Amino acid sequence: MKDPETPPVVAPLPSGSQPSYETGALRLALGLAPGRPFNLGTLLSDRLCEQGHGGRLALVWENHSGLRKDFTFGDLRRYSDVWAATLADLGIVAGDRVCLFLDRVPDLYFAFLGILKLGAVAQPLFSQFMADALEVRLADADTRAVITTARHVEKVRSVRARLPGLAWVILTDVKPGAAPVLGAGETAMNAESAPARAFTPFPASDDTPSLLHYTSGTTGRPKGAQHVHGSVLSQFATTRHVLDLRPEDVYWCTADPGWVTGTSYGIIGPWAVGATQAVFEAGFSAPRWYDFIARHRVTVFYTAPTAIRMLMKSPPPAAEQLVSLRHMCSVGEPLNPAAVLWAEKTMGRPFYDTYWQTETGAIMISNVPGLPIKPGSMGKPVPGTEAAILDAQTHRPITTPGAAGLLAFRPPWPSMFRGYFKAEQTYKGKFVGGYYLTGDRGSVDGDGYYWFVGRDDDVINTAGHLVGPFEVESALLRHPAVAESAAVSKPDPTYGEVVKSFIVLRPGHPGSDELKLDIMNFVRKHLSPLAMPHAIDFVDKLPKTRSGKILRRMLRAQEWGEPVGDLSSLDD
Amino acid sequence: MPDDQQIAQTILDYITREYADALQGAPIDANTPLISSGLIDSLSMVSLKMFLDQTYCVRIPDAEASAEAFDSASALVTLLRRLGVK
Repeated sequence: MKDPETPPVVAPLPSGSQPSYETGALRLALGLAPGRPFNLGTLLSDRLCEQGHGGRLALVWENHSGLRKDFTFGDLRRYSDVWAATLADLGIVAGDRVCLFLDRVPDLYFAFLGILKLGAVAQPLFSQFMADALEVRLADADTRAVITTARHVEKVRSVRARLPGLAWVILTDVKPGAAPVLGAGETAMNAESAPARAFTPFPASDDTPSLLHYTSGTTGRPKGAQHVHGSVLSQFATTRHVLDLRPEDVYWCTADPGWVTGTSYGIIGPWAVGATQAVFEAGFSAPRWYDFIARHRVTVFYTAPTAIRMLMKSPPPAAEQLVSLRHMCSVGEPLNPAAVLWAEKTMGRPFYDTYWQTETGAIMISNVPGLPIKPGSMGKPVPGTEAAILDAQTHRPITTPGAAGLLAFRPPWPSMFRGYFKAEQTYKGKFVGGYYLTGDRGSVDGDGYYWFVGRDDDVINTAGHLVGPFEVESALLRHPAVAESAAVSKPDPTYGEVVKSFIVLRPGHPGSDELKLDIMNFVRKHLSPLAMPHAIDFVDKLPKTRSGKILRRMLRAQEWGEPVGDLSSLDD
Repeated sequence: MPDDQQIAQTILDYITREYADALQGAPIDANTPLISSGLIDSLSMVSLKMFLDQTYCVRIPDAEASAEAFDSASALVTLLRRLGVK
């Protein structure tokens, strides 16, 4: 049994430089006393109640069928306390990883806060992940409990035997009186139907782990980026400054909390500000989205370029549907100039592009109100953030306007990730010459605006989500027709990039369109729709170095129409 | 020559088979919303499009492959008919 009074230890910040945010003013605004314990879950729910705002609307939730539920900050406090107490009853303690494998149901938000109140670590995973993708992330995190629903529990059950550390699977949608469907190590919990419980929150510090978000890299399995309770300072500052969010706003962030945008700006930032969030538990539909904005009088909208480009392909909104909107932002991938201009014409205002990553925890470079937008630019570093374009060889800042290099930030900042879970060397490798390397290439112009150039590695950014080629290639090897493969990014007019696979088939498996479809569905059913190749080429062999490493960059360059670069290491 | 109902049933059979995990046994019919309901992720449209291209020997233009056009079997029948599927 761990000592709940002892905050879990995390790696110290890797740089000796001074914090660059003015944290004192941010703490003051959030009612945090320097050096005193606090709890992020409490800050996002109880704080407003203690200020006399418990009746303020925190969450307006609606699903595809039109079912609507409203929750106040008082409800957030009550239901998150129930979750914290229930998890404690199950033996979950501070530092344990608790996975949220849920669609955007109300209990996702309540349980998230409850996990934080307990001092445990929330591990949100995209509910469209299939069994293989789920298993590697639960195994890596040594997850103690998974909170899910009947829709997704079979995926958990299918891998559970290989997860000895997984003590509990908790279902949120088992109806009272329904026939028992729970297996061994499974229990049911729904905060809205549970009796109220009192709970004393874990006394956390800035460096107490809060969240574990998995992200993909070029090599190896996905890595868990470890975040902390103190990240709220960055998220609070940028929610106010970049999203321009105020307590009286109704805010809609379309990101799923399985990804970092869905937690940093789909839970933490807006409730730190005290705004009302509107959540639409449904898929994409332009008419339904416009209707949702109109009916809930959404004032601030945060979405992704892929969604914007899908809106562009759909019938435009009626003018009166968007009158409530006063600010719109975009995140996840570069926002193309055409989308900025389309929004100005069709939606009456531009999208403000924002740049950040799972690892940064909060917006780092952005277009902000009051700063003229240069369509296609990600804007300028937010106050307190020191960005740089580094020479790829020397890792020293490039000062020539427009010259491309490695996009980097000077650490630390409050929401900076504090490690990759159980991958310390990989974490250290992200910091070179006193900078955090984003893995992106960019440039800065003479006016100080930053521009995205491309990835510095083989990771594929599809619809704003990173897909690691290794994970796709590993899944493909399990298909009986595949001998070997390479996964690279391919430009796409809607999704920005999609996965393209080059496949060498096993003898006796002739290539065909039917086989391509079978392989696509195979990856979708084992990993996720994101990882599914949108294009497949059957090839006789893959380009490799003399040491046998696949030259993905050569295949990628071909797809993007770019120079393939130095091929001196190419075998044959 | 298949009638509209037969085309819709072919699409529904494919979805029931390939998206069994997402459906969890829930019945679907020609008017069940697929994309807008979140039952099928919009990224999956590409494999559904490939299935339709192969099955009905058409090439659905990317501009026609919208979330609305793919939102139900009946909407897809309308799209296929418009593209000349007999």
